[in-house]
Amino acid sequence: MSAGIPKAAAECAFPNGGAVSLESVPALPLSALTAAATEARDRQKGLIALLPLVEGAASRLLLLLSDPSNGHLSASSFRLEGAKEWPSITPFWSAAHLFEREIFERTGWKPIGHPWLKAVRRHRELEADGDAPAHPFLRAEGEGVHEVAVGPIHAGIIEPGHFRLQCFGEEVLHLEIQLGYQHRAAEHLLETGTPARRLAVAESIAGDSAVGHVLAYCTALEGLAGTKVPLRAQAIRGVALELERIANHVGDLGALCNDVGFLPGAAYFGRMRGNFLNLLLEISGSRFGRSLIVPGGVRFDIPPDLQARLLGTLDRDEPQLEDMAKLVFSTPSVLSRFEGTGTIKSAAAVEFGFVGPTARACGVPRDVRSDHPSGVFQFSHIPVAVAEGGDVMARATVRWLEVLRSLRFVREQLESLPAGALRREPGAPRRSALTVALVEGWRGAIAHVVITDEQGAVARHKVIDPSFHNWFAVTLAVRRAQVSDFPLCNKSFNLSYAGHDL
Amino acid sequence: MRAALHLLLFLVFPPLLMGVINRVKAAFAGRRGPPVLQLYFDLWKLLRKGAVYSTTTTWIFRAGPVVSLAATLVAGLLMPLGGGLPAPFAFPGDVILFAYLLATARFATVLAALDTGSSFEGMGASREVTFSALAEPALFLSIAALALARQSISWTSILSGQMAAWHLFGPAMAMLIGALVLVALAENSRIPFDDPTTHLELTMVHEVMILDHSGPDLAMILYGASLKLFLLGAIVVRLAFPFEASVPGHVALFVAGLLVYAVVMGVIESTFARLRMDRIPQILIAASVFAALAVAVILVRVNA
Repeated sequence: MSAGIPKAAAECAFPNGGAVSLESVPALPLSALTAAATEARDRQKGLIALLPLVEGAASRLLLLLSDPSNGHLSASSFRLEGAKEWPSITPFWSAAHLFEREIFERTGWKPIGHPWLKAVRRHRELEADGDAPAHPFLRAEGEGVHEVAVGPIHAGIIEPGHFRLQCFGEEVLHLEIQLGYQHRAAEHLLETGTPARRLAVAESIAGDSAVGHVLAYCTALEGLAGTKVPLRAQAIRGVALELERIANHVGDLGALCNDVGFLPGAAYFGRMRGNFLNLLLEISGSRFGRSLIVPGGVRFDIPPDLQARLLGTLDRDEPQLEDMAKLVFSTPSVLSRFEGTGTIKSAAAVEFGFVGPTARACGVPRDVRSDHPSGVFQFSHIPVAVAEGGDVMARATVRWLEVLRSLRFVREQLESLPAGALRREPGAPRRSALTVALVEGWRGAIAHVVITDEQGAVARHKVIDPSFHNWFAVTLAVRRAQVSDFPLCNKSFNLSYAGHDL
Repeated sequence: MRAALHLLLFLVFPPLLMGVINRVKAAFAGRRGPPVLQLYFDLWKLLRKGAVYSTTTTWIFRAGPVVSLAATLVAGLLMPLGGGLPAPFAFPGDVILFAYLLATARFATVLAALDTGSSFEGMGASREVTFSALAEPALFLSIAALALARQSISWTSILSGQMAAWHLFGPAMAMLIGALVLVALAENSRIPFDDPTTHLELTMVHEVMILDHSGPDLAMILYGASLKLFLLGAIVVRLAFPFEASVPGHVALFVAGLLVYAVVMGVIESTFARLRMDRIPQILIAASVFAALAVAVILVRVNA
């Protein structure tokens, strides 16, 4: 702790999905930022976001942290006076690297001493003028060193992103990832649209995480309005969130098999992903669970007949799923491809603040559902799935364990759905307030940060998709690996381009 | 008459093998799969299409598929099809010409890939050359073992009367089949060496080299690939089914053997994942070791 600042005033704490007034967020001098960041790093807190905050002429940096040790989220801010720059915290806390770059991109404020300061997203207009490239790539030089550029248009049906690999023969020295092709100004739309439109935008931030994002969005609004969501709605939300997780994990296990050329796994897991998506279809009419979750609750019930049908489908599919997993995880040729490929050290996972299965596969037990539970997870606990090793095998293992645990959770919830209303209309949002909603989506922690103005209207809506934290993990995973293993490594994370670009 | 039948079988039958492999794989995946004749349809479709050429390519790129297919076709004229259909051309030393015709075909494909100037294709070319350099010793040692066993260096006499070879050198023959199947899998870019169905350029070996070819050029490449699959299969099938029969019986045996061979390839592709790229040399060296052991065994028996 830096001297002179009493601990009590250094930050204001609140639970996940809780709201605090903006005045209660302490405004500290800029000199306290380094100490605050160092302390957060040393106590292994999660960096939810570092955001620019402009109020009239005053400018602040807003630091949002999560503390898994006590379940609290905390906010503090640091005044920028005079020159719009601050000493970068990235050199000693790598987790902040993209956030500082994003502030630079958005406001032009400069983190002094940032090791790799360039815009996060690709900007065509920046590229057009000036002699120096607006988006320089780190380049390796020397005999036998060559550069491989992949994308932004890919051979598969995936999102656009540019990958620049510096290779020495078949070995990757460094990978730089340039995203931004999917930028749709989602945050701006969440701040300006009609409520119905905003809901649709929240569902579209990352198409495969529709439930996760809309749940975070609604939790934030409910936090601002102080709405208590009915228990039945909370349970249905939990079921939808876990079904989304199961479908995506199963699909990705199939995709991993496909990338190593293991046909049965690719075919059967791929098919079964569809079965789980169809369960969401039965509940909400959308395979991706769209239009199910609304502020204050859910739009659709799970009546007893549907409940029986869903359980029946689970009874049918679970044994098939287990058989296929048994085959995949016991085929030597598959294991030899998964094991030792794309290894990330546990220390790096903490250092860079990776989230979700990426972190848990490195033995870092971070999971919003147990660290900062909200909604149904306050009452029903899902054990955190952790694996050691940080390689593709560990990520595949974590995903499979999560499938099993989520299946059990979905069963439990379906078998004992609480009675009650589906929705409680949220009231007027609190004025000049800040709320942070964290949801453990299938890729990791999804954060929605909402700040309201004096009239209670949304002044700022910041979305942090887990992919934003995790893209650098792909770079770490392929360093010193084989070029030909890059697609497999990439698939083991399967990060969202749209969620990153917003 | 037999030469005409040889040509007919060699020119018309090979694409069917691809269809059989794909049907087997589909069965493992719980699907029905494409028609067995799909490659014929594809070839017909491609032949009627135009070709797109990048402005950075030269005549080398256009010559690639032609040279490659021509070399493979000539190689086919040196290969007897089972016990009943001797090669149209047979002379001492045709085994070596056969191996180098296949190498010429690959050389043309590699040059065409390099001619595009794409970093992907350059990478694929480098891999192809590396792996084929490692597969070549296995192929040549296998040829040497067979030549020693039959005291001949012409395919037609090497591959006749295999029953006697089995009686004399049974274990060596089994090892040779193992080595040749590995060579065939590697040379034909099949799993576990390469994945012919992947869309991931960075992981491809052979497929990435032909990404820029289209229309009739692509048809020539696909047809050439099926011929190569057929030719290496012809050796394996004759070794694995050394039975003697009348001419029609021989042809039937050969065709049945090739179908079995295609089914086995399909099963291998459906039950194995691909090897990590740095493991491929180990497996190819293992194939060479098998073949070298076979040479040693045969040498000992011949001199005893």
